[in-house]
Amino acid sequence: MGLGREYDVAVVGGGLLGSSLAWGLGRLGQRVVVLDEGDIAKRASRANFALVWVQTKGLGLPEYTSWTLRASETWEQLAATLETETGLDVCFRRPGGFHLALGDREMELRRDVLARLHNQPGAADYRTELLDHAGVRKMMPEIGPEVAGGSYCPYDGHVNSLRVFRALHTAFGHQGVDYRPDHAVTAISGNNGAFHLTTRHGEIVAGKVVLAAGNANAMLAPMVGLSAPMEPNRGQIVVTERAAPFLHFPMTTLRQSDEGTVMIGDSKEDEIDDRAHHMPIDVMMANRAVRMFPKLAALNVVRAWSGIRVMTRDGFPIYDQSESHPGAFVVCCHSGVTLAPNHAFDIAPMIASGVLDEAVVGAFSARRFARPSGERAA
Amino acid sequence: MFRRIASANAEMVMIEVDGVPVTARRGESVAAALLASGLSIARETPVGGVPRTPYCMMGVCFDCLVTIDGIGSRQGCLVSVEDGMRVSIQKGRRALA
Ligand SMILES: Cc1cc2nc3c(=O)[nH]c(=O)nc-3n(C[C@H](O)[C@H](O)[C@H](O)COP(=O)(O)OP(=O)(O)OC[C@H]3O[C@@H](n4cnc5c(N)ncnc54)[C@H](O)[C@@H]3O)c2cc1C
Ligand code: FES
Repeated sequence: MGLGREYDVAVVGGGLLGSSLAWGLGRLGQRVVVLDEGDIAKRASRANFALVWVQTKGLGLPEYTSWTLRASETWEQLAATLETETGLDVCFRRPGGFHLALGDREMELRRDVLARLHNQPGAADYRTELLDHAGVRKMMPEIGPEVAGGSYCPYDGHVNSLRVFRALHTAFGHQGVDYRPDHAVTAISGNNGAFHLTTRHGEIVAGKVVLAAGNANAMLAPMVGLSAPMEPNRGQIVVTERAAPFLHFPMTTLRQSDEGTVMIGDSKEDEIDDRAHHMPIDVMMANRAVRMFPKLAALNVVRAWSGIRVMTRDGFPIYDQSESHPGAFVVCCHSGVTLAPNHAFDIAPMIASGVLDEAVVGAFSARRFARPSGERAA
Repeated sequence: MFRRIASANAEMVMIEVDGVPVTARRGESVAAALLASGLSIARETPVGGVPRTPYCMMGVCFDCLVTIDGIGSRQGCLVSVEDGMRVSIQKGRRALA
């Protein structure tokens, strides 16, 4: 080819982040290759809780509040575009969502978190309301007596995240995005419009490189003068058999999927072995869920799993371009389901143009880790 | 269509299928009793709504799911009938009482 390279952009990692970005780049007519590990790779994108979640995001980094709100507002457009391109309905719904408090103590904690979030200078208005038991009951008549109340945010929603993943990959076919599984990248060299990526099936050359390899970004980023300090953790999720729709709002730890299963989640452990699974944690989560909705006791559990979260050291996203190796980008975040439209519609065009818009994503540079860090994301 | 193999010392029990009394043979599975009952026993799957009846009879295919004594989605081929058992055929997703 003209410039002695086959691709405009090589995206390293084919999880939700890499796929959203590759899809966004493909829409712009870029020639894109996605280099991914094989089927047995650990992917947060296959293990998540599928919330498009707003209400507590951004404590410690107000820029993250508007970034999250923007995603909630554009999810519908992403879902509609994917459906037009692939015929797949990813079941995005935004009825608003709840965080329920069991007992007065949890209610107080909630009030406190919301107040701190609200009082941050520069934070977006999430229109989150704190409701008492009667207030919650008006919207969800089936709550149990132990629910002291909860917070409701109209911007919260959920989606079928596995279907999103599938839709993005289906769309690759139409766009000509070259998806290559079993192409783990082990080394990256080059610069200035010709990056060389080493895989066990040979070398790939691309004008730009985007690191979207989840927690593996920590290891890949220094190869191109970037940094991505990660602190992954683990979450467990419990799933019930399918039931007729009865949970009409997604909640932080409870939601009913479009196909009827009830998902109960999601714990947080400082452990990164996703083959281990701790039954007492499932029991505790299920117990809380039944106290919130006593009816749940009638359902059988059919599955449970553990997943490793892609987590930066302060919990906020990292979007950066290398100063020493222009054209090399790193992209990683928790909440990759929520932020998928931003990655497809905002970050992808920035990468195509070669400049990350400072005004929009400047706050998410990994340079912040050189400064004293703020609070963790919720 | 299905007939039980004759047996001299078979002991029969009564179960209920969607409220209809059905005679079953002690020792057989709920799925076998349903197939032998002559009733229309196809369940409807929760997502596609397609009809399914017991198939493998050995715990592998999950096509025999039924509600037994109020507990949903049990594999009928792995549960032995008992006198007084109440079975209901699942049509789509179960509504929670
Ligand atoms: C239990 C749990 C619950 C969650 N709940 C939610 C939620 O409700 N809402 C929400 O918005 N988010 C949620 N998340 C987070 C969300 O799933 C992640 O943010 C998102 O999936 C991250 O996508 P990713 O592509 O960065 O990472 P991953 O899915 O981990 O993908 C990384 C990819 O990079 C590949 N890779 C790694 N190393 C290399 C290499 N050297 N070369 C090539 N490829 C490589 C891997 O094979 C993998 O395919 C949850 C996560 C977990 C674990
Ligand atoms: S008939 Fe196949 S599992 Fe029961």
